Amino acid sequence: MNFDPQVFLDALTSANFRQGALTAIALTAVSQLTAVGIGLVLAVMRESRLRALRSASWTYVWIFRAIPTLVQLLFVWNALPQLFPALREEWFSPFLAAWVALSMNEGAYMAEIVRGGLLAIDEGQKLAGRALGMSPLSVFRRVTLPQLIRVIIPPTANEFITMLKITSLASAISLQELLTYTQQSISTTFRFAEFYAAAAIYYLVIVSVFMVVQAWLERRFRWTSQGRPASLVGGLTGLAGR
Amino acid sequence: MTFERPLLDHIETAAGDAAGPLIEAVDIHKRYGRNEVLRGVSFVVRRGDVRAVLGPSGSGKSTLLRCLALLEPIDAGEVRLEGRRLGVGEGRRGAVHLAERELARQRSEIGMVFQRFNLFPHMTALQNVMIGLTEVRRRPKSEARETAADMLARVGLAARSTFYPSELSGGQQQRVAIARALVMDPKVMLFDEPTSALDPELVGEVLTVMEELAREGMTMIVVTHEVGFAREAASLVTMMDEGQIVEDAPPNEFFEHPRHERTRRFLEAVR
Repeated sequence: MNFDPQVFLDALTSANFRQGALTAIALTAVSQLTAVGIGLVLAVMRESRLRALRSASWTYVWIFRAIPTLVQLLFVWNALPQLFPALREEWFSPFLAAWVALSMNEGAYMAEIVRGGLLAIDEGQKLAGRALGMSPLSVFRRVTLPQLIRVIIPPTANEFITMLKITSLASAISLQELLTYTQQSISTTFRFAEFYAAAAIYYLVIVSVFMVVQAWLERRFRWTSQGRPASLVGGLTGLAGR
Repeated sequence: MTFERPLLDHIETAAGDAAGPLIEAVDIHKRYGRNEVLRGVSFVVRRGDVRAVLGPSGSGKSTLLRCLALLEPIDAGEVRLEGRRLGVGEGRRGAVHLAERELARQRSEIGMVFQRFNLFPHMTALQNVMIGLTEVRRRPKSEARETAADMLARVGLAARSTFYPSELSGGQQQRVAIARALVMDPKVMLFDEPTSALDPELVGEVLTVMEELAREGMTMIVVTHEVGFAREAASLVTMMDEGQIVEDAPPNEFFEHPRHERTRRFLEAVR
């Protein structure tokens, strides 16, 4: 078998791979967080009494789910500067373009997840809050939102992991992330197996860390008087104990 | 369960200031689409009255309570609390529907207890009782915590204050729900079939709390299937059928000499 462990180890510990992984993690985090915000707004709009808000939300989800993510990415990076000269400046970086494209795309999916979460909450909860005399905003913040978060943690964690892998698409707009470095290294060395394996290890490790965070979050939202971890360490032991 | 301390701080009695109407329904109509659920319901509840509302399912009892609690807008008629018309204000051109914020303020004067408790699952028993004080009454946290803990103790649940709803029995959950409503110091308490979702052996503890409330002079409207409660604790019993009141009488009259055929048939069925 032609596999050079030294090349593999060098790739694994190289500054470029570390840098690429950090970029991928950062892009995933900011894009997914923005998408959760967009999804929340879209889902609330979808339940609005105003028809215009409902259709705007529906249209957004329709468009951004229909068009391939790669097309959206290329559109933001290449087409937007053509349409708006202001974007031809230095500050409009590949990272920024990827952030905009990925979060807007993912926002459409998050909207559906949040909408499902809202539907899953017992109608009686809102009723009880209103009966106490709580304002609509108060009911949303103190009653609906905590229950919504609990319901959407598992599907959102899924989306988070998908997002990490989708960030590799940003290599198409010259963002220096993990896959970009992998391909650059391969094009000069032709060592496919070693570099792909190193990249795979990075993704495995990152996703594992996400899973720990997810387990910790789920335990935080379990709502029993026992077994609520105070910290991430508790989440770690919780994951190991499963 | 025995009550070492009263559930209410200031006990109001019918003999007190103005035994006039506390809450009034005036010709209330409510429809969902083509289905007319309430077809002109009128009654008066005086301070300290306990009105039990009986009737078959689908007769509009629960809808009536939701309308009284301002949780559903009514299509015609009036709800009055201490003579004030609720849910509407004076507009430039006559009566207008109140804004949600003003409605919320009026709702906080009316206590509501639901069939399925509707406790907030992400809050402990204590937090459930506190939330109205902090979010609606804007009391400081420490003061709200003290008041809420005291209220929980009065319904016999001091030892359960750190428990989440999922860790409580149905009877305990309903007592927390009663405490959550009572702590707001409501003028009237509305109960929507408060024991219907409970295992038979847990019904008693909830009824005991309600009977104590009635004894202390709380004005109550109770939609229920518990004929025993209606007989023992109510001052008036109302029979509803098809969106209307068919009989309205003090309990002994209601149960011993029902005037209407519909009431007689209903009483035979539940006996």
